[in-house]
Amino acid sequence: MNMTITEKILASHAGKTSVKAGENVWVEVDVLLTHDVCGPGTIGIFQQEFGPDAKVWDREKVVILPDHYIFTADPMAHRNIDTLRDFAAKQRLPYYYDADFVKGSGVPKPYSSPTATSYKGVCHVALPQAGHARPGEVLLGTDSHTCTHGAFGEFATGVGNTEAAFAMGTGKIWLKVPNTMRFVFNGEMPAYLMAKDLILHVIGQIGTDGATYAAMEFDGPAIYALDMEERMTICNMAVEAGAKNGIIAPDAITEKYVKARTKKPYKVFRSDADATFASTFTYDTKDIEPTVAQPHSPGKRATARQCRDVKVDRVYIGSCTGGKTVDFVAAANVLAGKTVKIETLIIPATTDVDTDLDTFKVNGQTLRQVFQNAGCQIAPASCAACLGGPEDTFGRAQTPMTVVSTTNRNFPGRMGHKQAGIYLASPLTAAASALTGHVTDPRDVMSIDKPIGRA
Amino acid sequence: MEKMICGKVFVAGDNIDTDQIIPAKYLSYDPSTPEERKFFGKYAMSGMPIDESGLPKGKIPFVAAHAFTSPYVLVIAGKNFGCGSSREHAPLALAEAGVKAVVAQSYARIFYRNTINGAYIIPLETAERLVGEFDTGDEAELDVAKATIKNLRTGKSFPLQPLGDVTPIIEAGGIFEYAKRQGMLK
Repeated sequence: MNMTITEKILASHAGKTSVKAGENVWVEVDVLLTHDVCGPGTIGIFQQEFGPDAKVWDREKVVILPDHYIFTADPMAHRNIDTLRDFAAKQRLPYYYDADFVKGSGVPKPYSSPTATSYKGVCHVALPQAGHARPGEVLLGTDSHTCTHGAFGEFATGVGNTEAAFAMGTGKIWLKVPNTMRFVFNGEMPAYLMAKDLILHVIGQIGTDGATYAAMEFDGPAIYALDMEERMTICNMAVEAGAKNGIIAPDAITEKYVKARTKKPYKVFRSDADATFASTFTYDTKDIEPTVAQPHSPGKRATARQCRDVKVDRVYIGSCTGGKTVDFVAAANVLAGKTVKIETLIIPATTDVDTDLDTFKVNGQTLRQVFQNAGCQIAPASCAACLGGPEDTFGRAQTPMTVVSTTNRNFPGRMGHKQAGIYLASPLTAAASALTGHVTDPRDVMSIDKPIGRA
Repeated sequence: MEKMICGKVFVAGDNIDTDQIIPAKYLSYDPSTPEERKFFGKYAMSGMPIDESGLPKGKIPFVAAHAFTSPYVLVIAGKNFGCGSSREHAPLALAEAGVKAVVAQSYARIFYRNTINGAYIIPLETAERLVGEFDTGDEAELDVAKATIKNLRTGKSFPLQPLGDVTPIIEAGGIFEYAKRQGMLK
């Protein structure tokens, strides 16, 4: 059949037996995701085009997760959550995860316990946790990092409000079938490396427009050694190379994760042995070192050791690409029994991750205890300062400071101040930098023998 | 679709991401609300580092203080314009500020699709880098039908790439109008 996994999924959703890269097709959508920043605009266009009382095409297929501007006094941000809440009630949407504690004015008082709220938090971590990421499906989201969900062997891509509104009414999207670029990671994953190092290595090589309009397919034993959260980090940052989607074909680890969270049937696709790839890049993990992206581009690659003289003001551990349970286990392994030298912020991506801070242990202490004892500040689950956000956002860079961050993007002003210099790094590198106050390779503060995030 | 676009150009560099086009702190405005929508024009391109705002000299604000629209109707840029966040607020902000078209070497795909689906601005591509061929403030003449742009200060003309597959969507005025013309929507 000589098709890639991306081509097979798109063909199956276009009612065709095969498609070729470059072909334009109308595709059926399985899940449409939106959040509080792009949801109100999408709903506005939907109601304008389909009518004020129009119904969404399939209420089981719309997932709404407020996550961006939650803990802020910005009255418009509160209004936006009201807009989502009203829409979800009117449409009787079963998968609206309300930030139920956002009421009235001022900065909302956070959820009393992560299990006492319908709120989930960062959409790209919450969506799979709630069972909405499934192999073989087509997922659209009004967020560029929707490509995260390609980690589950589905076609997932970010769209704007107009396209989302169109899909909300019709269940369809017009797509050009992308070329596929293949990235193969051979060798074992050394304990000092995480998914973030691999993807920053790739983006540094091909550039922030190196995969524009293409699918990035990740393969090889080192990829399949990773757990789902780590695979999500890889696919999450495909968009930082300009890709349309990132994808990893499902294996037993994928199916175990998915089956534990949904009973919905799904279909597993894989690329054929004779599939056509636009290019293939092959790596040996032993050649890759702990990697950072320097200010102000995810493509400005250096090794952590090359940046050892860079003084750091703050360490930020959070977001869809660095605020998952695996990320905090990694950071806690570095920080256990030690004290941070600089301001260190811990922001769990979701309420489930927040719960895990109290259940996962390192050296006999919970992750929360490790972080508290090390002198870190812990915030409730949300996107927080990954994208700067309103002025009163927790962790927003208000001055031209230097931050080592586990987030995914470091363009000028991304975390707030235009002159703030953001170094993107793995949670291991971020935690190591917190101990020393400068950019630090985790191998330089400890011997790392326990691989983290391996399935 | 406008066939001829004339006016002042604003010149930017490579990898102008959507946080530079419209910073995140303004995203709580709701674009569906007319009185809030105009603020996207006011803050368009306000995330650019000031030294890189309006090449070659820099330090030129895209929108003057207290204004809601820009004197520039054309943006000339390098590679990967509109990379980063998928926020449709970005092309919307340019359109609200008064921009009619962007001429860049390449675009990030979500931004490109957003400009077309929402019919905000015309995204044109050039094989040649035009960043050094125009100064911010130059008057230019963009002939969409003939796919050329002329710098009226230097008199030099440059070819643009044809719009290709997306032409019918742009001509229809966005994805909804296009789908209606195709009989997909009533």
